[in-house]
Amino acid sequence: MKWSLPLAMLLLLSLAPAARAATEADFKAAYAAAEAASREATGLRNQWTTTVASLAAAKKAADGGDFDGAIAAAKEAQALAKASIFQANSEKEAWKAMEIR
Amino acid sequence: MMKRPAAILLGSAFVALAAFAFAATRVVAADKIDPAADAKAFQNFFFQKFPNVKREDFVNGPYSMNEDMKRQWQEKEEFPPYEFALDAGKEMFATPFKNGRTYADCFPNGGIGIRQNYPYFDEKEGKVVTLELALNRCREANGEAPYSYVKDEMASLTAYMAFTSRGKPMDIRIPDDPRALEAFENGKRYFYARRGQMNFSCASCHVQSPGERIRAEILAPALGILNALPIYRSEWSGMGTTSRRFITCNSQTRAVPLEPQADEYRDVEYFLSYVANGLPISGPGARP
Amino acid sequence: MASSIRVRATANGDITEVQALIQHPMDSGFVKDAKGELIPAHFIQELKFEYNGKDVFVADWGPAVSKDPYVKFSFKGANKGDDLKISWTDNKGASDTTIAKIS
Repeated sequence: MKWSLPLAMLLLLSLAPAARAATEADFKAAYAAAEAASREATGLRNQWTTTVASLAAAKKAADGGDFDGAIAAAKEAQALAKASIFQANSEKEAWKAMEIR
Repeated sequence: MMKRPAAILLGSAFVALAAFAFAATRVVAADKIDPAADAKAFQNFFFQKFPNVKREDFVNGPYSMNEDMKRQWQEKEEFPPYEFALDAGKEMFATPFKNGRTYADCFPNGGIGIRQNYPYFDEKEGKVVTLELALNRCREANGEAPYSYVKDEMASLTAYMAFTSRGKPMDIRIPDDPRALEAFENGKRYFYARRGQMNFSCASCHVQSPGERIRAEILAPALGILNALPIYRSEWSGMGTTSRRFITCNSQTRAVPLEPQADEYRDVEYFLSYVANGLPISGPGARP
Repeated sequence: MASSIRVRATANGDITEVQALIQHPMDSGFVKDAKGELIPAHFIQELKFEYNGKDVFVADWGPAVSKDPYVKFSFKGANKGDDLKISWTDNKGASDTTIAKIS
């Protein structure tokens, strides 16, 4: 019983960042991460159109002041970029499974 | 607590074993690139999958897969939609450059009846050279601005050159040069590798599902798929080159396309043309 | 200048089969160009095939017909060697005419 209050406060604190509105700084960090992943995908010559579109949507939302939406889009762009990087790397070997022999 | 590391060990051993077994069933002398063997396997795959399709018919893409479409296409071939581009191409080909020279000066046999030899591997450059690339290089060598690789003028020119080769068997050479073999292998890799958010490879549609529908379209078999290019595509309401088709294919699978004459595209054109050796040139073509 | 109309008319007994391919942009007026501006409507409004002074085929077209339209139809009562007159007018007032021999 005694530890439930500090535990509850700890829980509340950990939830807190999600509760407050995102700032431009948060967006810039998320966008930078997404952009880095996107650049890596381009470097592998395996960029997805949806990654590019999500990044553009993120920027547009940020320009309009909607940082929550912008961060969501940036995170999606980053996820898509990472998936495309994974695809490029795994296909280095996986293509053989489709080959007619 | 004691069981967990043991379980992890067992699990990873199982994964390793499975991976090994999987790899073992597919073991081929991976070091030696053998285009002739690849071409034979490629052709046999389609001949066996579609025993009722005449070998030379594969170059007609979806029409070889569907009787009704074939009938409509044959009717339209009496007055094909590429006719205007073909006439324009013939005129363009004969028109001299500002310096008085012509396209005929750049190509063997004056550029007539040679389309089936493209793409070829240029041993000096160490790269695959496509017909479109050769045409633009001819233009630039004669002081003319290059044409877009995806639009009308280039398509008209290649339509005419393809027409002069109609019926001739595809005849792509791979010199005994490790770079040429590597280009072939690169092209093959590109063809089979998945790309785009939709995770399709060229093979997903054109090897696994020819004759079947993707939305409303009937998929063409990969064998001889380049033999009909350039094509008048109803979907485009116009002509398109090989480059145009590669680019749109990429975007359709949600992959950002590469530059029109990117190494990967040149190499995959090399691969696809080579494995279709022996099948007739049917270009210029008409597609839905 | 080459005619925009390519036509082939073949007589088989009493029936003449006609095929025509007409070069025309047939812009609907709904499509935007690369700059994002609407390409103005430019399409054939009337297409006419005449034999012996009589209309044997008349089409009233609009923006729904695609670029470089192709037409195929048959009619009775013509003979090999006769003339078939084809003409079109579009919404910009342009027109073209050609005469083909029925073979």
